Parts: sequence; C-alpha cells; structure tokens
Amino acid sequence: MENSSLITYLLLVPFIGSFLLLLIDKSREHLIRYTGLVISLLAFIISLIIFFNFDSQNPDFQFTHKFPWIENLNIFYFVGVDGLSLLLVLLTTFLTPLTLISSWSSIKTRVKEFTFFMLILEVGMLGVFVSLDLFLFYIFWEAMLIPMYFIIGIWGGKERIYASIKFFIYTMFGGLLMLVAIIWLAVYASTPLGYFTTNLVELYSVGPEVESTIQNWMFLAFAFSFAIKVPLFPLHTWLPDAHVQAPTAGSVILAGVLLKMGTYGLLRFCLPLFPQASITFAPYISVLAVIGIIYGALVAMVQTDMKKLVAYSSVAHLGFVVLGIFAMTQEAVQGAIIQMINHGLSTGALFLLVGVIYERTHTREISEYGGIAKLVPVYSFMLLFVSLSSIGLPGLNGFVGEFLILIGSFKSPVLGSWWFTVFAASGVIFAAVYLLWMYQRVVFGEVKNPKLSTLTDMNPREIFIMIPIIIFIIWIGIYPSTFLNISEKSTAKVIEQVLPAEKVTLK
Amino acid sequence: MQDFYNIFPLVIIGGGILISLLIEMYSKRSEAILPWVSIIIFLFSGLYALTTVDYVSVVFQNMLATGGNVNIFYFIFTFGAAIVSMLSVEYLRKYDAYFGEFYILLQSSVLGMMFMAGARDLFMIFLGLELMSICFYTLAGLNRKRLTANEASLKYFLLGAFATGFIVYGIALIYGSAGTTSLEIISSRFTELTENILFIGGMLLFLIGFSFKIAAFPFHMWVPDVYQGSGTTVAGLFSTGGKAAAFSAIIVTFFAVFNNSVENIFTPYLSAIAVLSMLFGSIVAIAQEDIKRMLAYSSIAHTGYMTIGLAAGNYEGVAGIIFYLAAYTFMNLGAFGIVAIIEGRDETNLSINSYAGLASHHPILAAMLSVFMFSLAGIPPFAGFFGKYYVFIAAIKADLIWLAVVGVVSSVIGVYFYLRIVVLMYFRDAEAEISLSSHNTGLLAVIISVLLVIVLGLAPGSIIDLITSFL
Repeated sequence: MENSSLITYLLLVPFIGSFLLLLIDKSREHLIRYTGLVISLLAFIISLIIFFNFDSQNPDFQFTHKFPWIENLNIFYFVGVDGLSLLLVLLTTFLTPLTLISSWSSIKTRVKEFTFFMLILEVGMLGVFVSLDLFLFYIFWEAMLIPMYFIIGIWGGKERIYASIKFFIYTMFGGLLMLVAIIWLAVYASTPLGYFTTNLVELYSVGPEVESTIQNWMFLAFAFSFAIKVPLFPLHTWLPDAHVQAPTAGSVILAGVLLKMGTYGLLRFCLPLFPQASITFAPYISVLAVIGIIYGALVAMVQTDMKKLVAYSSVAHLGFVVLGIFAMTQEAVQGAIIQMINHGLSTGALFLLVGVIYERTHTREISEYGGIAKLVPVYSFMLLFVSLSSIGLPGLNGFVGEFLILIGSFKSPVLGSWWFTVFAASGVIFAAVYLLWMYQRVVFGEVKNPKLSTLTDMNPREIFIMIPIIIFIIWIGIYPSTFLNISEKSTAKVIEQVLPAEKVTLK
Repeated sequence: MQDFYNIFPLVIIGGGILISLLIEMYSKRSEAILPWVSIIIFLFSGLYALTTVDYVSVVFQNMLATGGNVNIFYFIFTFGAAIVSMLSVEYLRKYDAYFGEFYILLQSSVLGMMFMAGARDLFMIFLGLELMSICFYTLAGLNRKRLTANEASLKYFLLGAFATGFIVYGIALIYGSAGTTSLEIISSRFTELTENILFIGGMLLFLIGFSFKIAAFPFHMWVPDVYQGSGTTVAGLFSTGGKAAAFSAIIVTFFAVFNNSVENIFTPYLSAIAVLSMLFGSIVAIAQEDIKRMLAYSSIAHTGYMTIGLAAGNYEGVAGIIFYLAAYTFMNLGAFGIVAIIEGRDETNLSINSYAGLASHHPILAAMLSVFMFSLAGIPPFAGFFGKYYVFIAAIKADLIWLAVVGVVSSVIGVYFYLRIVVLMYFRDAEAEISLSSHNTGLLAVIISVLLVIVLGLAPGSIIDLITSFL
C-alpha cells in the first residue's frame, strides 16, 4: 500500500491523546487511567489494521507516508514499515496498554503525568521504528529519552535520580555521536546524489559506496550508539541501574521495547548502510555479544535481587540477538527478530511478575522468599511458565529464536567459526541455571519469612494482563511461521544488501 | 525616500527613544506608561523589519545595509528586547528600582545592536558597538543601591573598554593596510589583503575584541560576575541581544570568508576558541550553585557552539549561527525570565537548590523551565537542537569533523547540568515553598518564549529558508 497515512494516525493518536489527557482534572484518577488505556488500545487497533493489510511477500517499505518537512535540508517526514519493523511496532502497541493496566495499582501518585509520559513514550518508540528519514529517526530516538527519564526519575526507587541521569547521559552520548555520523553520511552523499539528504532509501545506495576508512568510522559511530542501547557488553552498566530503579511499567517498556531499538538500529541502519564495515567488524562485535551472553548469565546467577537478576538476563538475551544479526544468514537474522519479540514478551512478563509480588511484600530480595508455591499457586505457575519461556524450553517462544540464531551463526560465512555458536549455546544452559535456581529459592521450600503469610494470589486484573502474553508465548513456540513469514522477505533483502551474491558465496 | 522606508525599523526605535524621553520628563505616570510604550515600539519595529525582509538594499553611501538577514537580526534584537521589557515590569517593582532611564537605555542599546547588524563599514560597527556597550554598562549598574550591581557595572565597563581598545586598534591596522573602512571593498580584496601581515594582525585584534563581546573563552572573565551582579532581566539581554549583535558584526566583517570565495585563514583561531569555550563553559557550569552563574557559564558554552559556525566559514555556518542565535535568544530569555519570576526580593531564591520541588507547587513554571533546559541542552524536538544540528552540518561540510565531535562531547557534559535543574524541580521535594508575587506580564513573556522555542524546533524550515535565501 503506497502513501497511506495509517502510520501517521498511529503516531498521532497517542500524541494528541496524551495532550487531551492533560485537560482532565488530576483528581479524577480513574477517568485518567481509562482514557489512557483507551488511547493506547486505539493505537493497538490501528497497528492491527496495518498488520492485516501488510503484504508479507513485498520486501519493500509499505504504508509509506512522505511529505517535506524542512525543505532547505531535504528533510522529509517519511514513515513506513517493512517486515523488520512491523513486529516491533506491534510489540510496542501490544505492551503499552498492558503496562498501563499493570500500573493501576503500583502508580498512586501523579497519575496524570505518568499516563501522559507513557503515551508520549509510546509515540517516541513507534516513531523510532517507523522513521525512514535519518533526521526524523534521530529526533524520535532522542526525544524518547525525555519521558523515560521522567518515568524513572519521578516514580522510581531509592537511587532513581542517579539511575535516570546515568540512563540519559549514556544514551545521549551515543546518540550524539550517531548524529555526527548521520550528518557526515548526508554530506558525503551530496557528492554522488547532488543534494544533501537524510532519506534512508536514497542513502542505502550511497552508504556501500563510501570509502572504507570513512565507512568504518561511520559504522562505529552508529554501532556505538546502538550498542549502548542494546546494551552490548561492556556498555551495559546503565541497564541494571535503570531497570532496578524504574517502576514496573517502566522496566517492562525498557526491557520490552527500548532495548530493541538498539538491535533494530543495527539491523536497519548499520548493516545495509555500511556493509563492508559491518563484515569487517562482525567477528569483533560477535565476540562482544558472546561475552555478553556468558557474562550476563554469570552475573545474573549471583544476584540477590530478583529485578536485577532479570535485568542481567536481558544482557544475555540481547547478546543472542546481536550475534544473530551479525551472523548475517537468513536463519540467524530471522531468529534475531523473533528473539527480539520473545525477549519483549518473556522479560516483560518477568518484570510484571516481579512487580506483582513486590507490590505485596515491598521486597525483591530472593532470600526473603521461599515456599510461596502453597500460598500463591497461580502466581507460581505463571512465574514458572514465563521462566521456562525465557530459558528457551522447546514448545515455547524462547526456543525458536535461540535455535534459529544458533543454526544461523553456526553456518555463517561472515563469522567463519563455529566457536561463537559453541559459547553462545552454553548461555542457554546458564539461563536455565539462574532462572530455575531463582524459581526454586522463591517458590519451593518452607515458608520461613512470617511476612509472607498474608501474601495474596494474583487478582483478576493481574491475571488478565498475563493471559495475552502467555497466548503469544505459546503461539510463537508452536507455530512461529505466522511471525517468521512477515520478516522473511525483508530479512532476505537486508542480507542481499550486505552480502551481494557475487562477493560472498552463501553455503 | 525608499531609503527612509528601508531604515524604518531604526527610525521607529530612534523616534521611540525621543518619545520615551519626553514621557519620562513630563508624565507623572511614566512608570505605568513607559514599559508598554517601549514594548509597542519594539514589537512594531520587529514586525516591520520582518515584513520588509525582502527589500535588500544599501543606504547612506554604503554605510548601512537593510533587508535580508539584517532584518532577521533586527527581529531577534527587538523581540528579545520586548520580552526583556515585559519581564522587567514586575522585576523592577520587586526591587523598588524603577528608573525611567531603564527603558530608554534599553531602546538605545537595541539601536546600537541594529547599527552593528546593518553595518557595511567598520565605523558603523564601532558606533553601534559603543552605543550598545555604554548602555549595557549603565544598565548593569542601574540599581545603584546594590553593591553587586555596582561591581558588575564597573567590571563590565573596564573589561569592555579594554576589549574596545583591541577593536579600535584592529580597525586602525585594517585601515592602514586596506586604505578603507568599507567592508564591501575589504571583502572584494580579501585574498589580496591577506598577504599583508598587518591586515591579518588587524583582523585578529578585531576578532579578539569581539571574542570579549561574544563571551568566548579565554575572554569570558567578566561574564559570570556581570550576569550575577546585574538585574536578572538585563543579564538576559546581555547574553542574548549583546551576543547576537557581536556575532552579526563578525559575520559582516568576514563576509568574504562566508561567501566561499576565499580561504578561511582564521579557522585555527576560531576553532581553538570554540573548543575552549564549549568545554570550559560546560565543565565549569557543573560546579555552579547559583543559577545565574550557571546560565552565565552555559552562555559561554553556547558561544562555543556558535563559533563552530564561524570556524567552518561556509554559508551553512552563517545560517546556522543566525538560526542558533534566534533559538538561543528565546530559550535563554525564557530561562532568565523564569529566574526573574522565582527570584525573591533582595536576591533570594537564586541558588539552584531553591528550585527543588518546584513542579509540585508551580507545575506550569516547572514545565516551561524544563522545556528551556532541554532546549539549551540540545535535545530534540526543541529549537536548541536544530541550531546545533545546523552548526554541526557546517563543521562537517568544512571537514572539521573533530570540531563536531568535541561539540558532541561538550553537549553531553551540558546535559548533566541542565538536567540538574530538572532533577531538582521534579525529583526532589521542596525545602521551602516559594511564594510568587503577581507576575502576569512576566509569565506572558515566558509563555511566548516557550511557544517560540517549540515552534522553531518543530518547524525550523521556514526561518531557515528565509535566512539561506539571503546568503
């Protein structure tokens, strides 16, 4: 579908909605909560319309909408989706209403501001995934920091100020270096094209022609920015702070969507824009990814705080995604995309569950728990289910992504060594160790802590939030083709852009 | 007669000064009338300049240019001054420091700035500079009962006079080597003149003198003390109008460079002061506990970003500086405006800690100050970001990528101290509640600034188109 303004509506609904929300009197918290939910559901419905009208056989951008914004610099408002971004758009619009519902009990103060910032954050995240102009992309990329900064800083835990500033400055630094590279690329492109442009589709043809030294620098600037966001080892240090301090809803969005912006950026920008540099650096970045998988898992193992444990597990899971992207084979990249969605669902759900129990006991220390299986059977079941999905139990979603990435990286011509796969596979085992060990310490055994005796099981609202996530966990696990079909053609196109058939022979 | 219409923005201000003098002398209610007269004069002149922006011409025997970017500068000066006037109404009442001269000096200084922006001759630049600077020295010390104001005025005067000395000496050398003070002739013979060491020396002295005026490191020593000591609203004017005027003078003097016709041999000097100003301003601002001093150091850092445009020496650089100045004028005046509103009698509530918990008591003020802080930090989608973007484009086009990278690093440092204010306002609880006196016109001025910052950030295209169409 050419020139459809559906995506623009998708951005405008939460944007305008968030400002309408500000008009409601702040004492009417119920009205504010329901309005926020309705707005985010509207956005979800629009994204479903896009999904059902999406042609998965077409590798190009669809639903594009383009009009000049700053003509002097050839900057366009240019949005569209393809198989790479559509799933992430859906993930965003799917998670936002759920997190809003989950915040009904945890956010008691400044409800209006919270809902406002959540909706603005949704606009920013969607904008990042649909922008096809580098300038527009950068605007969303940075502007999205503001609401997240406030969400961590106002509603976060004890160390929230430190965590929010650290999060902001880390991401901003990477982002600004990327800005320099964006301008550099656009200036570079003005020679072959004859005009200054930040249009991604036009730059796809220019990027590969950039001289290799300069291409390496540009690649590094982009990759650095994305690596901070992913976060790739050793740039991950902001993540545990931000995750632990953020309120539950913030953590879910942070893990579920924000981290994917980094991996999405690698796939959308780094690979196709700078193919030679990507191939040059692929082994190094993959080494970092594998270190991240093992390091994240080992550090998660020794955590005493449940939220921190889940946070470090993100470092490990995102390591898989990065490995998949830089393996540059059809299976690996598709696995990476599915793994992004899986991580959003599983880790998002884990954070929600940690939030559920934290609201009741106000502690996340694993040692404070034990034996809650008898007290809260529904909760225990949900936690087990989600943990297994995160571990990668066959039949659930995590397995599909990790399996594809491992196959793809094993036969990757770019990495050229199966050692990556061997070490990465060990990460799967570690994941089982830290998650099951946590599960055992929290759920089984005798109830030692007297405070737990008043623990109540999940209420219908909390169960209601988990059900859609669980449905998708099973769906992806059993029949992933629904989702793999969407990304297939676009993935093939990216790989073709990076590895033109004549240069590298794919096995 | 057409000449007269073209210089009408200047005539309006000139006539306004005379009218204001008469009102001050003969009216007993001048305190109530004069601010509004001066606001109307500023707005009228600014809007007139904006509507006649297409009439580009040179008048008075090549002394003064009108139309084009000159008029955009007029717009920046007059709108900035109008905002300062609106803010000053209640600010002066708070200190019981109403002097009719305040608005007259304000108008005279704006006239001086306009001469500088329109100058096509070194003498006009000097004339405008002195008119502006002498008014500034007086404005800084107008509240003569305050010791700090006296100190600020004296410091400003002594260092300003020192800088003027450099400029005059530079002009003398330029005249000696070129045989003319006409900028048009100097521009057309620029390449040939740069072979003369005296000419280069003169230009460098001229640049050093103006480095004082734009508050660039290492010529910034007066900035924090003057901003802190003088009234908050006039400090806002010094940091915006004064800086914009000085930049406009540098741009016209080095027009040959920006025309892409000659090599920019001053790049090393300009890059050096750009780097030093950015890093020094950003790093030292972190340690400030007084909000006016923090804004002073932030002003030094912003001078650095704008100087990147000068160092790049291409037309994107000029366009970037002009846009940046417009954005900076409104975001900085907005920030100073909120400081003026929060400031209590006798210089209380100036420490940044007095902003703690502002969001819970005065949510609108806090939200607006956050917008200004995010904009000053260069975070999209506010105007400050786009200014930086354009200046970085200029640097990269001129192969000064390292300069853009230093700019990026210093922006990140800047984020820290701008966010500190936001942290205090939103994430901490108030120590003592701030009670505000009625501040309707001041608040209106801040609201106008915030709207301009957002509009310039979301739709910078039209003004950028306008600026570049005259380059």
